[in-house]
This record gives sequence, structure tokens and C-alpha cells, in this order.
Amino acid sequence: MAVDQAPTRPSLSQRLAAAWDSDICWSFRHSPLAIVSAALLLLVAFTSSFAEVLMPQNPFDMMQLFLDKANLPPVWLEGGSWPYILGTDMQGRDVLSAIVYGSRISLLIGAASVLLSMSVGVLIGLLSGYLGGIVDNLLMRLGDAVMSIPTLLVAILVSAIFRGLLPPEFRDAFAPLILVLALTLTSWVVYARMVRAVTMVEAGKEYVLAARIIKVPRRRIILRHILPNVLAVALVTATLNLGLAILAEATLSFLGVGMPSAQPSLGTLIRIGNQYFFSGTWWIVLFPALQLTLIILAVNLLGDWLRDALNPKLK
Amino acid sequence: MLLLILKRLGNAVIVLLAVALLAFTIFKFLGDPVQLMLNPQATQEERDMLTERLGLNDPVPLQFAKFVFNAVQGEFGMSYRNQLPVMQVIAERFPATLELVLVSTIAALLIGLPLGVFAAIKGGTVLARIAHLVSMIGVSVPAFVIGIVLILVFSIELKVLPAFGRGEVVDLGYWTTGFLTASGRAALVMPAISLALFQISFIMRLVTSEMLEVLRIDFIRFARARGLKARAIYFRHALRNCLMPVVTITGMLFGDLIAFTLVTEIVFQWPGMGFLFVQSVQYVDIPVMAAYLMIVCCIFILINLIVDLIYVVVDPRVDQLVRGGSNGR
Repeated sequence: MAVDQAPTRPSLSQRLAAAWDSDICWSFRHSPLAIVSAALLLLVAFTSSFAEVLMPQNPFDMMQLFLDKANLPPVWLEGGSWPYILGTDMQGRDVLSAIVYGSRISLLIGAASVLLSMSVGVLIGLLSGYLGGIVDNLLMRLGDAVMSIPTLLVAILVSAIFRGLLPPEFRDAFAPLILVLALTLTSWVVYARMVRAVTMVEAGKEYVLAARIIKVPRRRIILRHILPNVLAVALVTATLNLGLAILAEATLSFLGVGMPSAQPSLGTLIRIGNQYFFSGTWWIVLFPALQLTLIILAVNLLGDWLRDALNPKLK
Repeated sequence: MLLLILKRLGNAVIVLLAVALLAFTIFKFLGDPVQLMLNPQATQEERDMLTERLGLNDPVPLQFAKFVFNAVQGEFGMSYRNQLPVMQVIAERFPATLELVLVSTIAALLIGLPLGVFAAIKGGTVLARIAHLVSMIGVSVPAFVIGIVLILVFSIELKVLPAFGRGEVVDLGYWTTGFLTASGRAALVMPAISLALFQISFIMRLVTSEMLEVLRIDFIRFARARGLKARAIYFRHALRNCLMPVVTITGMLFGDLIAFTLVTEIVFQWPGMGFLFVQSVQYVDIPVMAAYLMIVCCIFILINLIVDLIYVVVDPRVDQLVRGGSNGR
């Protein structure tokens, strides 16, 4: 009997070529909106990662703020001056720098809450779908209860409760953590329901049956056999939810129950600008609002494209 | 049918109890009402008396039972902030919110439905793509950004519409309305547009995707073969068949509407329930928070219940699914 030759691993260039020709990449190359959105997000991610190097000012360093440079309009208007391209606010803070630093906070909180709620949701979905019975019933009714209260209300309440429980001096430091928790508590259900449905289908398939026959431990079946097969669904859901998470964070911060003024996210910047805009300094509020809208739009367009690209029904 | 109603009612009661438990927990652990209601110089005796009078010495399950019992009768106690009964405070704010939501929802339905049908019929053309992109932008723009831009343009630059408040209102006994005065109507324009924009893009996306599904079904082809006019096919045959899912999902997304209304009210300082709620969060006015939460959830659950029931009446297949038990789905 001939010994099977292990197939040689394709070279890197071959694999790249294969990836380039894959369905999803083809669809990406032929969707201008997806390309523009991805480029925009990369730009935002890049600028906010290297904000210290790229920006003229660290907006949170009091030593770099000059009151005589306060309320400057953008450079293309009369009275504007370099390097304050988008003008300054009432404390002499450069609006562009504040936006770029704020985007970093918004993106980080959005991404963290999506990752956490995805992990929690996938775990609960797996347990619920594979074990069934009482566990399933309890977890899903819990999910129903969470879903029956409007998401934003839950987030506001959770955030208010945590802030009420913490002593005032810790509130600002824990604000990002509180936000991530509040957003996770409200959004795990979506993942759990999706993953549960897929798990129930997978659990009936032959490879799981085979694993059970040779007495693979239950934990191993769930984590090593079923989990990889539900991950795709979870990841698409996560992309679609990232926009929602960023929006929710911005809304909470805008309402004054999110990030504090000392560490402003985009929502906080808009709230601060909103208080002053009857004095005619529209640039303080408009540019952060524009950046926030562009980020959410780009994420949503990408998510939309990804869902269509992975949906076999539309081909 | 009866079975379904009972099942849904049972579920609704359980969910409401869970929400009540949540509201009660906030009551119990967030802030000390005794400290909030008395002045700082109060003696220990006064504190003890108030604690006793508020029933805070009772066992916790008994307190919860009392809370539920009172809540069922619409009794949520006194607002800490202005010492008025909570229900009175909320009842004052309710008309403002309802008028805003009604006007914007009707406007959104009138504009969103035809746009959605249009985008589905013209699927693939440049116009449809533009319509899709516009609706995507509509879903992505945060509510407060829409409001802020509207205020910047129409109040600060053009100075044609008021930036905040409700204008003059007419008191009709239990109801205050802004429809009857010019300033009331002017004040309603921007908040209503801001709220309607979100709903329009939302309804439009939903109708488009449902229409695309329905248009593939054979009966549409038969209708075409019968030589029916395109308009009759789209609006009488196709649209009708995709309205039910649209209604259902709209019911489920009522929560988003509440959230959007809340944010819109803050931006325009519209004296409605959402504005009241955010204020009560900032002032830790717990009875108002709890009452708002309970009322909103009641409305939310009620709407979903009604939607479910309409669904059964209109679409007999659902009833059979429920009766079929495990065979269903």
C-alpha cells in the first residue's frame, strides 16, 4: 500500500493569488462603496493610533492650551490661523486634535463592547443550543426580558447605577469600563440567538454524532467541533453591530452619562459643543458630528456589503 | 387563537414582573431616599421615623410586593426633585411626546412606503442605488446630529424656526396641545423632521427588502400574465403581502423609536417624557426613573402583543404554527 504523500503547502504568493480570486475579494473589488468605506476606516484608525505624532496638540495637556487662541474659526475663514485647521474651542483646544483623540476613544469602546458581547453571546448561544432543556429555556427567557426593554434605556440605567455605586473620584476613571459593560449587557442577546440557532443545526450533524460515539467530552465537542462552525455567523453579526455600538456610546456620552469631559469621546465633544453653539462657534460641534457620522456610515456600509457578499441567496 | 393570546399574555406578565424587579432594585440600591428627602440637619429620630413611614424596615420581598401592588394602581410615590406625585409629573409630559411621535410617524409612513416600493421596483438602476445609499445615511446619522444640523441651519443661520421648547400650548383639561397655536406648530416642525428622517430610512429599507422577496413569488408573474397594470401589481398585490412583516418589525423596533424620541427631546429641549427621564437620571430622581421605565415597557409589550394578534388574524398560517407545536418551524 502506497504511503500517502502529504500535500505540499502552497507558497505564499500562490495563497495570496487564491485569496485575491476568492468570491469575497472579488465582490470587494467590485463594490466601490465598500472600498471607500474601508479606506475611510483605515484612515481614521491610522490617524487616531498615531495621534501623538500626527496632531499639532495634545488636547488634554493643559500646558499646550492657550486661552488667547480660544474660539478661533477654521483656517479658511477670517480670523483662523495655523495650525488650528478646524479652529479651536473656548479653552483654546484644537478641534481637529480633539476629534482625532476622541475617535480613538469612540472606536476603542465600540470595539471592546462588540468583542465582549460577542464572546458572552457566543458562549451562551452554544450552551443554550447544545444543552437545550432547562438551561436553554432560562437563558432565552432572560434574553427576552433584556430585549423587551429598549436598549438605550437599559444602557442609561446601567450606566447610572454603576456611577451611583462608585465614589465620585473613581467615576471618570471607570467610565470606559462602565460603558463597555452597559453596552454588553444589552447586546449579547443578538449573538446568543443567532449562535443558538446555528448550534442546534450543527449539533444534529453526523460529525457531532461521531464525536459523541467515541466519547469525546462535551466541553471538547462544544469548543473544538461546534464553535469553529458558528464563528462565521457571529463575526458577520459583530460587523453589523459595531456601528450600533459606536452610535450607542456616542448617544450615552451626548446625554451626559458616558465619557466625562476630561476624556471626551466624539459624543462628549458634541455635547460640549452643543452648549456653546448659540454664540456662533458652530465648528466646535459640527466637525465632531461629521466625523462620528462618517465612521458609523462607513462601518454600516461595510457590514451591509459583507452580509450581501456572504449571502448565497443573492448570488 | 385563544391559546396564543393566553400564551402571549403569560409571557407579557412575566416580562413585566422582571422589569418591575429591575425598577425595584434601582429603588433599593441606588441612593438612600431618606437622605435625599430630609435636610442634612435632620436628627436620627426623624430619620428613623421616615424610614419606618416609607416601609423601608419591612422585609425585602414584602417591599417588592408592595411596590408591584402600588405600581399596578399607577402609584409610584413622590418625585424627590419637586415633591409632586410621579404620575402627575409624567401625565403633564405625556401629551408633548405623543404629539411629536404621532406627527413624525405619520409623515414617515406617507413618505417611506412609496420610496421603499420605488427602490425595489427600480432595483439595480442608478436611482435605486442612490435611494439605498440615502437610506443608509439616514440610518447612520445619529439623532442628535440631525437635530443639531437642523438647529444650526434653520434657527441660527436662517432664524425661521424656534430652536427649543414647544411654543405656546393650549390647555384642554387633561391634555395640552401645540397644534392650535402658530408658535406651537412652528416648534413642532424641526423635532418632527428629525424624528421622521430616521423612521423614513428605516421603513424604506424594510419595505424594499420585503418587496424584493415578494416580487420573486409566482403570483406576481401570474398577475403580470393577466395583463394587470404595473401600479396595481406593485401596490395592490406585492405591497400588501409585505406589509405584515413590516408591521411586525416596526413593532419590535418601537424601542429604537423611544430611544430616538428621547434624544430628539433632549436636543430640542422638548418638554416630553424622555426629557423628564434624562433629567431624573441626572438628579437621581428614582421614583420618576422607575415609573418611566415601567410605563415605557408596558407600552412596548402592549404594542408587540397587538402586533402579534393582528398577525394571527391576517395570516392564518401563524395560528396553525402555534397549534402544530413542535411541528412548527
